[in-house]
Amino acid sequence: MSDALDIVVRLLAVFVAFLVLPLVVGQTEHKVMAHMQGRLGPMYAGGFHGWAQLVADGVKFAQKEDIVPAGADRRVFQLAPAVGLLPYLLVLVAIPIGPHSAVGQSLDAGLFFVLAVMGVGVLGSIMAGWASANKFSLLGGLRTAAQLLAYELPMLLAAASVAMAAGTLSLPGILDSFHWWWVPWQLIGGVVFFVAGLAELQRPPFDMPVADSEIIFGAYTEYTGLRFALFLLAEYAGIIVLCALTSVLFLGGWHGPFGADGLGWLWTLLKTAVLAFGVIWLRVTYPRLREDQLQKLAWTVLIPLTLVQIALTGVVKVVTS
Amino acid sequence: MTLAAASHGFLTPSGVEIAFLLVGLVTLGAAVVTVTTRQLVHAALWLVVALGGTAVEYLLLTAEFIAWVQVLIYVGSVVVLLLFGLMLTKAPIGRSPDADSGNRWAAVAVAAASAVALVWVVVDAFRATWIELGTPQGSTETTGRSLFQYWVLPFEALSVLLLAALVGAIVLSRKGDTAITGDGGTPPGPGPGTPPAPGGTAPVARAATGPVATPGPAPREEQR
Repeated sequence: MSDALDIVVRLLAVFVAFLVLPLVVGQTEHKVMAHMQGRLGPMYAGGFHGWAQLVADGVKFAQKEDIVPAGADRRVFQLAPAVGLLPYLLVLVAIPIGPHSAVGQSLDAGLFFVLAVMGVGVLGSIMAGWASANKFSLLGGLRTAAQLLAYELPMLLAAASVAMAAGTLSLPGILDSFHWWWVPWQLIGGVVFFVAGLAELQRPPFDMPVADSEIIFGAYTEYTGLRFALFLLAEYAGIIVLCALTSVLFLGGWHGPFGADGLGWLWTLLKTAVLAFGVIWLRVTYPRLREDQLQKLAWTVLIPLTLVQIALTGVVKVVTS
Repeated sequence: MTLAAASHGFLTPSGVEIAFLLVGLVTLGAAVVTVTTRQLVHAALWLVVALGGTAVEYLLLTAEFIAWVQVLIYVGSVVVLLLFGLMLTKAPIGRSPDADSGNRWAAVAVAAASAVALVWVVVDAFRATWIELGTPQGSTETTGRSLFQYWVLPFEALSVLLLAALVGAIVLSRKGDTAITGDGGTPPGPGPGTPPAPGGTAPVARAATGPVATPGPAPREEQR
């Protein structure tokens, strides 16, 4: 019986994290962007520095009318937000937050699980783009697909480099064999992984699929109300997943200069938060890449870099073993 | 591993076996809908269900690694490539009356023949072997060991085949580029003046055989 209870508690913890952390990132984005642009951002909702702004947004979204365009493919249109959001919930289950199996569910091939399921999330955007019966949505869906195909490969190769270094595909296993000098050793792979992940999430400067000045809002143009909110939530959940994964794979997750045993989870959260701040910072700083520049970056810069990283990993691994 | 099947009756199935059967039925149904539906994009989406169902079957057989690779390659890349191709050419919402080809019966014959061949091979290979699933049989380590102890040569031959296909695809796409832009005298390439739509995206579609070919070498390196 305690086994079942254990599972329930773990799943509940993952679910709470899934509901809370994206909202925290969203609120942080409001405030950080505002301050970087010399504004204050939300100040009224909830009283203290507008902390409840996203809750208010959520209530607003829930009140809106749920519209399905007349020409749309109803079922696919309505299913798309769920396909876009649920994979990130699944991924959170496999990400370890601290030592001693502080993870939703430890998987033997966790690294593959995480990357595979993240790829499925993008299917939601493609479905939305096609089913909306709108040419801007279709363009957005096309760009999403092209972007996923281009950036999945460098992401996989960078992750493969870490798996080679650790000799395992299990995420807790990778962290168990982590040493501090892995950070400089896997630096190229880490940067490529993070950049490719940003592109997969369609975050600026890789937000060509939702480029609002060209194609309105890409695949999400026709969505309103709760379904639109689900897509936004998926974006923020994606930021959490990407930052947590990058910190687990390349920055040592729960390892820190001190407090290795009790404070492991705090290190993971801290690294994730710093990376998430970086994601927001990039949005405010860089202009959007053009579609062909986007493809060129993936195929001519990122993939050769990851191949260099894999060669480096292999050489060091052979020399040290 | 080789307990006689006689000691395990088929009439008292365990929960896993029932789940396996149900998921199998769903997979089969999705596959049939995939080839019979008249809505092109729906066919691709039902294919996702069929491939995902196969991945679940692998999971139930404790072949975790294969299951995730199945999701990563087929659902994450092949279907996305398929949808990309559909949306780039023709992806009407609703039924397409011309989606049916005249090859229906030939296709049925080929499908039946390949199904019979596959079932025959599997039945012939395992017969009454009983594989206990209590300990995972398809973990990453087991798969890697059997792959690189007993099946190295076929694996390498397959890598060479995929590499050849990749190089061939690049050669073909290059030839097309020079034929179109050759009379202008300017080298092909995305510049600020060239429209990104057809010329820029076509090599992407072809080069996307990359993700299909590459996850092979990654676990290999890891196992050494």
